[in-house]
Amino acid sequence: MAIHNREAFLDNLAGQLGRSRKIKVESPHYSVHPQERVFQGATQDELVEKLEDQCKVIHTSFMRTDLERLGETLRSVLLNYDVTKVVGASGPRNDETGLSNVYTELQAEGYDIHIWDKNKGQENITFAEQAGAGIVFSDLTLAESGTVALFNDRYNGRSISLLPETFIAIIPKSTLVPRMTQASQLIHEEEKKGNPISSCVSFVTGPSNSADIEMNLIVGVHGPVKATYIIVDDI
Amino acid sequence: MSIKIGHKPYAERIQDGLNNSFMRKAVSSAQGRFRSGRLKAAEELGDWEDWRTLGEEIRSHTMENLDYYLHQLSEQVEKRGGTVFFAETAKEANEYIQEIAKKKQAKKVVKSKSMVTEEIGLNETLEKSGCEVVESDLGEWILQLDEDPPSHIVTPALHKNKEQIRETFRKKKGYTGSDDPVELAAFAREQLRQDFLEADIGVTGCNFAVAESGAITLVTNEGNARMVTSLPDTQISVMGMERIVPTWEDLEVVVSLLTRAAVGQKLTSYITALTGTRLEDEVDGPEDFHLVIVDNGRSKILGTEFQSALHCIRCAACINACPVYRHVGGHSYGSIYPGPIGAVLTPLLDGYEDHKDLPYASTLCAACTEACPVKIPLHEHLIRHREIIVEQEKMTTTSEKIMMKGFAKWASTPAAYKLSTKMARTTLKPWTKDDYIEKGPGPMKGWTEQRDFPAPSKERFRDWYQKREQRSDH
Repeated sequence: MAIHNREAFLDNLAGQLGRSRKIKVESPHYSVHPQERVFQGATQDELVEKLEDQCKVIHTSFMRTDLERLGETLRSVLLNYDVTKVVGASGPRNDETGLSNVYTELQAEGYDIHIWDKNKGQENITFAEQAGAGIVFSDLTLAESGTVALFNDRYNGRSISLLPETFIAIIPKSTLVPRMTQASQLIHEEEKKGNPISSCVSFVTGPSNSADIEMNLIVGVHGPVKATYIIVDDI
Repeated sequence: MSIKIGHKPYAERIQDGLNNSFMRKAVSSAQGRFRSGRLKAAEELGDWEDWRTLGEEIRSHTMENLDYYLHQLSEQVEKRGGTVFFAETAKEANEYIQEIAKKKQAKKVVKSKSMVTEEIGLNETLEKSGCEVVESDLGEWILQLDEDPPSHIVTPALHKNKEQIRETFRKKKGYTGSDDPVELAAFAREQLRQDFLEADIGVTGCNFAVAESGAITLVTNEGNARMVTSLPDTQISVMGMERIVPTWEDLEVVVSLLTRAAVGQKLTSYITALTGTRLEDEVDGPEDFHLVIVDNGRSKILGTEFQSALHCIRCAACINACPVYRHVGGHSYGSIYPGPIGAVLTPLLDGYEDHKDLPYASTLCAACTEACPVKIPLHEHLIRHREIIVEQEKMTTTSEKIMMKGFAKWASTPAAYKLSTKMARTTLKPWTKDDYIEKGPGPMKGWTEQRDFPAPSKERFRDWYQKREQRSDH
């Protein structure tokens, strides 16, 4: 931890700008705010519809369920992908939603389930690299772009949503917001309050892709190749 | 690599580009797709002009206060366990990174796509000190295997076709599959996965740093940047000093503009905001984080009439709109930054001497200015470059000087002007067919090699005008 060569570097910039160094800058007032008008006043259900539409564009399967049927839905998704080795995020939401019980049941049925555990260190990553699917809860969901925002932390390692071939996001309906504007406002407010941001915020929009070969869209490159969003209506 | 690529003179590079028919076909179809993607995304979003205005205001405010925001950024990064190195030159940046690699006894460095590390020639430096450097962006990996420079700042291997890529994979990596892009990408996935897991250091660029929180944001689609920042224990991010926004609220706006203007996406698959090192109770992410902030000629642009060139968010919309790029391709520019923004930026960063031709690689049609999501007046900058080259740098060629002197004399002598406009049609007759000149003599050759030139009209404008005046007198 250190900062090298800063003062000379910044003095030069100020000199180029024809003034002395600035120690305070007032927040600017921009003349237009188009970002606030997108999906303004939309209800949660309308946002779910927008999300569903966008899923078609981003090659992502869309499922809608409630807490009671969450286990059943998840099981059908895993069956459909023919996946038996699964890594899941940990944290209080697993118990709150009954997902912990679902995992126990699946395990009894022969599924190989690993729940992220900070005490197990590197073993988490090794398992995730071998797993067929990674399951996480969305922290915030952006309807416009079909994006799941993950505040990666000790429960939700970066590898879960990255290394397995299939990405499964459980999306509580209450996490839906119109677009990235609202997510950024929230982070900005937290920052102002002095609450430090996660070491990694991942905005994930469907599976990985590339257009680097003759501009052909290839779905699935280094990150997940397939993705499913499961919307849970009553949380 | 550095900003400048290759040693061929401009005219030869252009000729190479014009003769490369696959590349020209690939570029024109890519331009078409990029353009319709951008326009569709802008229309869907609505209020596009307001968004552009806001983008311009954010970039302009940031540049005016760049010292303040870079200071804030460095404080935040340090607070989160990172080390910040301000590098005035490419050499300083490279040496610092090389030093880290030595300390870590790093054998393998895995990189995600970054233009600034191309600009400073980081790979060569690391390789010299015995590190294996692996580019992990699909396009960059193809180019690395083929030892070829990028020709576009968003899709760097745009000039290659799938047959060429299969051949490269076969020769360099023993690939035995088909030229199906999906199969080629699957091969890259499998080959590079091991590199991600083994690498000692991950190197990234930076689309935007956020001053208020110290986050480094990467805008990607393939997932390689997430690998590079999740798996190796050391992360080094390199950023051009202008690639910063004040707050998260500003970030959101420029990212929305970038993804739409670049590829017509609402958001790319991954927008990843990384802040400092991993926390104590976290398993993945780096335990050591370095941010290298590079000047390398940028500060000379600050405070000048070209300052808005630093507003660029590297979306390549200007490149995708440019009719000149369409015909000559990226390599013709002889710079890792091609197209209109490259023609503006390269002489500023690397001097007029090697790049005095670039401001002329433009028809001044202003399609670039219209496409730019942060309203950089690109074609006006190009005109200004030309003025400087002529007036101050005195870099015009001798033949052009003689021609211009001749033109001035001719155009200011009414008798000579009158005579030659009268004679033009007769003089060019031997080259004229059906009122067009297909193979012109001398100075016309360059034009007629690409397209026909209309023969001078039977009637001169002045004669026509006089007659018209007479008619209207009646």
